Amino acid sequence: MSVRHALLALLSEGPKYGLQLRQEFEARTGEVWPLNVGQVYTTLQRLERDGLVESEDAADEGPQKGFHITEHGEVELTKWLRTPPDFSSPPRDELVIKVLVAFELPGVDVHDLVQVHRRYLVELMQQWTRLKEDESRFDLHFALVVDAELFRLDSLIRWLDTVDGRLKRAAAGVSVPAPQSFPLPKARRKVGAPE
Amino acid sequence: MSYLELRDISKVYGEGAAEVRALQRVDLSVDAGSLVAVMGASGSGKSTLLTIAGSLEDPTSGEVYVGGRALSSLSRNGKAQLRRQSIGYVFQDYNLLAGLSAVENVSLPLELDGVAARKAQSAAMESLDDFGLKERASHYPDQLSGGERQRVAIARAVVGGRQLLLADEPSGALDSTNAEAVMRLILVACHRGMAAVVVTHDAQLASWADRVIFLRDGRIVDQTLPVDSPEAMLTKLPNQ
Ligand SMILES: Nc1ncnc2c1ncn2[C@@H]1O[C@H](COP(=O)(O)OP(=O)(O)OP(=O)(O)O)[C@@H](O)[C@H]1O
Ligand SMILES: [Mg+2]
Repeated sequence: MSVRHALLALLSEGPKYGLQLRQEFEARTGEVWPLNVGQVYTTLQRLERDGLVESEDAADEGPQKGFHITEHGEVELTKWLRTPPDFSSPPRDELVIKVLVAFELPGVDVHDLVQVHRRYLVELMQQWTRLKEDESRFDLHFALVVDAELFRLDSLIRWLDTVDGRLKRAAAGVSVPAPQSFPLPKARRKVGAPE
Repeated sequence: MSYLELRDISKVYGEGAAEVRALQRVDLSVDAGSLVAVMGASGSGKSTLLTIAGSLEDPTSGEVYVGGRALSSLSRNGKAQLRRQSIGYVFQDYNLLAGLSAVENVSLPLELDGVAARKAQSAAMESLDDFGLKERASHYPDQLSGGERQRVAIARAVVGGRQLLLADEPSGALDSTNAEAVMRLILVACHRGMAAVVVTHDAQLASWADRVIFLRDGRIVDQTLPVDSPEAMLTKLPNQ
């Protein structure tokens, strides 16, 4: 997550002080990602160095020092918002690797292994859902952060379910013949490539 | 105290080569006020477990207790009465009667059970009101959205002080916002003391439960530990 661009976004709403930026950052991220004051100031210094923000009053160096976004900063912010993060190559996912490795090992029941991980993931989801259940703390930002986490864990569980299903079909001798002549998709070769 | 108890339940369909062991030696107890989710692959026995728990089908062996009563000790009529008075069902395809309005759908089970029409109607209105559906009371199922229909189905399942709620893929055709609304309603019913079992292969739904049971090939193979200190999750998020 980019603190740099998040601060830039907050400043695009109008001039703000460092402490105020910290407070608003935490509120916007559902208070889930705490930020220390030092981090705010070093980030602001770098933003100023790069010409993306300017301080209001050079004389006052304290916590009351205000900042505003520059034109250059506005351009940078818009560009960042619209640039998709790099999802093009599969991440080296530890869970995926564990399961793939387990296939080759004698004496490992992959269904059991899958269940161990599935249960752990469901337990994590139960905890997140419990937090969401309490609507008194259910501010929109917090809910969105929790939803993102729930979808991420859910996608891993679905993958585990698919592993179970494929293994079961393979064991039953059901196979869908694969077209041999197609080249592997490019992404396939990127799996496990250095990040 | 557990309101629903399955003891050593097995269910076999068919015979010989066509024999299917849908459930094998399943034990499960569900306390009043608690929500249990049952997860498992297609064909693992989830719906079978639910229909047996709801006395819609008899097990091949084993005993089901509902509110302390063994189902095998009840007559056909006794079971039908238990179903009408104590058990609410919610299925994926809503099962609302098309010719009846929302409030009539909800009051029907009460009227079938001999509650006077006016009393049944007011209980039904109350139940709909609880679930934010008061304005929809006179609408027919085809005038309701999928999410609203499912909420009416839940209102009907909990009306009249029933104690056991059984739901099979209750949000199968709903988007995630409506699915969440459905689970919140089921949770409200549990907080009022109902015991509930929700069968699903959707982890997001299951994660609302106090306990999640995993079925594989008709057997319970695993279950989650009780949820404790969800607050601890907040410190686990990566800092940037
Ligand atoms: N009435 C029946 N007659 C014969 N076999 C049945 C009957 N009902 C279920 N089965 C079999 O019992 C097994 C368990 O079925 P069940 O419907 O309980 O699975 P499920 O977990 O609910 O699956 P799904 O997620 O697809 O709904 C399956 O193999 C199914 O084919
Ligand atoms: Mg089913």
